[in-house]
Amino acid sequence: MPEPVGFFTDSSVCIGCKACEVACKEWNQLEGNAPSWGDGFDNTKQLDAENWRHVKLIDQVPEGEMLTGNGAAWLMMSDVCKHCKNASCMEVCPTNAIVRTEYDTVYIQPSVCNGCRDCISACPFGVIGFSSKTGVVQKCTLCYDRLQANMEPACAKACPTQSIQFGTLSELQARADARLATLKAQGNDKAQLYGRDDSIYGGLNAFFLLMDKPETYGLPNAQNAGLPSRNNFKSYLAAFVAAAIGVFAGVKALGGSAPSESTGGNL
Amino acid sequence: MAEHFAQPPGWEWWITLYFFCAGLAGGLYVLATIFRFRGTPRDEALARAGFIWTFPLVILCAIFLTIDLGRPFDFWHMLINTTPGAGGLNWKPWSPISLGSWALLVFGLFSFVGFVFASSMERRARAGATELTPPGFVRIINVIGSILGLFLASYTGVVLSVSNQPVWSDSWAIGALFVASGLSASAALMAWIGRSRADASTETRLQRADGYFALLEGLALVLFFVTLAMAGTLSHTFHGIYWLLWILVVLSLIPPLRALGARAPVGSGTLSALVVIAGVFLMRVAVIFSAQY
Repeated sequence: MPEPVGFFTDSSVCIGCKACEVACKEWNQLEGNAPSWGDGFDNTKQLDAENWRHVKLIDQVPEGEMLTGNGAAWLMMSDVCKHCKNASCMEVCPTNAIVRTEYDTVYIQPSVCNGCRDCISACPFGVIGFSSKTGVVQKCTLCYDRLQANMEPACAKACPTQSIQFGTLSELQARADARLATLKAQGNDKAQLYGRDDSIYGGLNAFFLLMDKPETYGLPNAQNAGLPSRNNFKSYLAAFVAAAIGVFAGVKALGGSAPSESTGGNL
Repeated sequence: MAEHFAQPPGWEWWITLYFFCAGLAGGLYVLATIFRFRGTPRDEALARAGFIWTFPLVILCAIFLTIDLGRPFDFWHMLINTTPGAGGLNWKPWSPISLGSWALLVFGLFSFVGFVFASSMERRARAGATELTPPGFVRIINVIGSILGLFLASYTGVVLSVSNQPVWSDSWAIGALFVASGLSASAALMAWIGRSRADASTETRLQRADGYFALLEGLALVLFFVTLAMAGTLSHTFHGIYWLLWILVVLSLIPPLRALGARAPVGSGTLSALVVIAGVFLMRVAVIFSAQY
């Protein structure tokens, strides 16, 4: 069994070049969506069936008088499937199409998925998208085919700044700890690791070094990172109570009081 | 305050129709069973009608659910594990959508048995037979089928709650709301089905039952809004045109509530039934669409 692998994405050195997006699309033969031009440099907008890597460009340029940005005017981060240890998508998938591979990554089997899309509503990161071309849901495979050929994922290979690093989890975690210590020593108080420990879905195989709080990057904090099944008991209990009251009310209201009448009526 | 970053699954009209028919089918089966066990002998005709109407509704449920899939011909993957080398059945009781797929299948079988026996008895009734007591095992099937029917009506709401979507995952009351509203809509539908044959007593009792169900639905609705308010996502379900839908939903509760204290049928049966059924459908539209768009 190979050692668990993953990504360490160091957002402090991301330059927003989108080489990862291009490499991912090229290797995985994703056509991509038509560019969406808005107020900003982000023309991909989100992760979905056609975008398995998405470089987030978060505008923090102060309004009004321009001041020295001190490197924090823009936050950039190459987002991707987190390959969670406790994966919400895998938890709800009714077809068992979503599996954990021998590399400890989360993989959607296209031939098993039937496109019910429950995983999309479950994924707290908005990673999975439905492809109307294939009729199934799609997301980053962590280049499962390349891993089987002992190659690193296309995005990590293409990243010119080493913002996306691929390796075994233990190796990546050690690198992340060292990098965080360096940034803290340089006075970057907001720098933090996201998904390095088990506070977010038991730990993420694709974890991040962030330069601000997770919500700024569109990531749920530990308080909001809940598995869908957290609502099972309460929801079923409430439904059971309502059903029991409904049956009781129905019996009380519909119970007849004229037993001697004929049974021969028809509709 | 809950913060969500999930994408909408794109569950739209087919799923809305499925959830609506599931509430009606489950509710009708339960009401038919109650009439069979606790009603007057004259109510047996209405019980048969309930069982006869349930089965086509279950067929519609299966059709709507299947059409909504990205690969409709792979609907059976919900039940059989097609992962290479795995095999066996897909049984994930912690996943409501998995449990619901089985519930729909098994309830389909129970509703089919109910349909066959009710149709046969209906033919005999039309031929003039007067002794029309269903066999004992059919009554057992009716009880088990009712439990499955209640599950079918409610799990559709639980599926929504067991997610990470805004609104849906912020409330545990959606299953309760769906089962209460399913009972209410099915009481209205049953009153409409039996409008020409049911006597005033049956009609009054059905209206009273619908009143109780509407009261229950109202309470579930309050719980739904309170849980959303506590999560800080109440405004999410009232944005755009949805506030208007919610007003219509609340207004649709008024006709059945009016009948609660009545000793005789209240108002126009057809219009009242239509208002209730439309309100239940709009409630599902508001819950499903407001969270996604």
